Amino acid sequence: MPKITFVSPEGGRTTVEASDGDSVMQTALANGVEGIVAECGGAMMCATCHCYVDEDWLARTGTASDEERSMLDFAASEVRPESRLSCQITVTGDLDGLTVHLPDAQI
Amino acid sequence: MSSERVVIVGGGHGGFQMAASLRSEGFSGGITLIGEEPGLPYQRPPLSKAFLKDGDAARLHFRPQAFFETNNIELIPGTRVSRIDPARKHVTTATGDAIGYDHLVLATGSRNVRPPVANLHLDNVLTLRNLADAADLRARLSGARHVLVIGGGFIGMEFAAVAADFGVAVTVIEGAGRLMARTVSGAVSKHFLALHEGRGTTVRLGRFVSELIDDGTGRVAGVRLADGTRIDGDMVLIAAGVTPNSELASEAGLAVSDGIDVDEFLRTSDPAISALGDCCNFPDPVSGNRVRLESVQAATDHARAIARRLTGKPAPYAAVPWFWSDQSHFKLQIAGLGSGADEQVALEPESGGLVVINFASGRLLSVETVNSASAHMSARRLLASGRPVAQADLAAHNYNLVDYARAV
Repeated sequence: MPKITFVSPEGGRTTVEASDGDSVMQTALANGVEGIVAECGGAMMCATCHCYVDEDWLARTGTASDEERSMLDFAASEVRPESRLSCQITVTGDLDGLTVHLPDAQI
Repeated sequence: MSSERVVIVGGGHGGFQMAASLRSEGFSGGITLIGEEPGLPYQRPPLSKAFLKDGDAARLHFRPQAFFETNNIELIPGTRVSRIDPARKHVTTATGDAIGYDHLVLATGSRNVRPPVANLHLDNVLTLRNLADAADLRARLSGARHVLVIGGGFIGMEFAAVAADFGVAVTVIEGAGRLMARTVSGAVSKHFLALHEGRGTTVRLGRFVSELIDDGTGRVAGVRLADGTRIDGDMVLIAAGVTPNSELASEAGLAVSDGIDVDEFLRTSDPAISALGDCCNFPDPVSGNRVRLESVQAATDHARAIARRLTGKPAPYAAVPWFWSDQSHFKLQIAGLGSGADEQVALEPESGGLVVINFASGRLLSVETVNSASAHMSARRLLASGRPVAQADLAAHNYNLVDYARAV
């Protein structure tokens, strides 16, 4: 199973196993990773599962779609080119080792 | 650690959020969350959408079991509360256990309405409210040839969209003259009617079903309309709206009208009891009218407001209502409440989709969008600012909500 590492704003690293087909957001919730709120449950109706994709991985995850970018405009923390809604990143074998950084605040 | 105990009745969106928000707001007393359904609290919106396709129940959980342990939230699933004793401050479960509270939160939600239609007991006549319903619906959908949906609201139309994707013939029968009439304006109803018809779904508006037809073996074979017309079908979804679960409250002597009455702090007529979400009606901060909303947003924002009050930070509830519905590749989003609108501007942006802006007395009231997330979020930001938005000012920006929200 692919492994995903979440890095907290303080720098703490949590590595968890993900299931193919789950989103990065679902992976965080299922493993009790703090810092992902996911208020709307992945319906792209909020911006509370914001993450920053580690630059080494951005080519593989891709950047935010236009609709995703519209929601990110309302994120609680700074939006950067590597900002994504983690509910919109689907885990595949290709993302084994993915590292994402969590923002200071989601709400 | 405080010795206070908050008991939450109902393990849906509002009940779960209540428990989570109490902890995130620093509440250190006991929290007991009592849910009628078995298992961990879960997300309901995907039941009429993604779950019907992927059937993956584990993905629906808000949080894993460990979350409840880590946050010291006592979760009591599979348990119905049958009575509240406000004088002794305890609730009694159906199995006779008494659970004491210092503060009680009623998050009992709503249940599906059973419309006045004969033969609702027939086999293959289904409803959609909880995970068990959705699992049943999903299992039977693959064997269906023609599904009849009674009720053209959000749930009915979301289900119709999924059923059409399964390649099943779909007929929707709606008593009102247009789709989703209770929640959206005429322009949006029309837009979605065209969308569903374009995907092969038959929509019968202004028609009432009087009875379900028995195939002779106790299984549904179709419906008969009030005008005598027969429509054949081998599966029926009843999606005729919901009614609030307020009996527990009324039997305890709390004030109840359309749902449990609460004030602007979400307090019931007993100050030791709050109510939230689908089961309560509250004063709309914009119009002052009492409203009862059936939405994830209301349930979770109510919960956060109650959590802040119970941790010493009370403020009148003032969140902007928002709603969404995913039907095929079309995402309907609504910000604000549109009732009382006296003027409407409908735009079809070049990027596609639809933006409908509703005004009352020259001021922005609500915005309905289809596949236009940026306009929706701009509307939410404008409505949340608390500053009135004049129609004339928006007109000066060609009704471009994104531009206007950036400019102010």
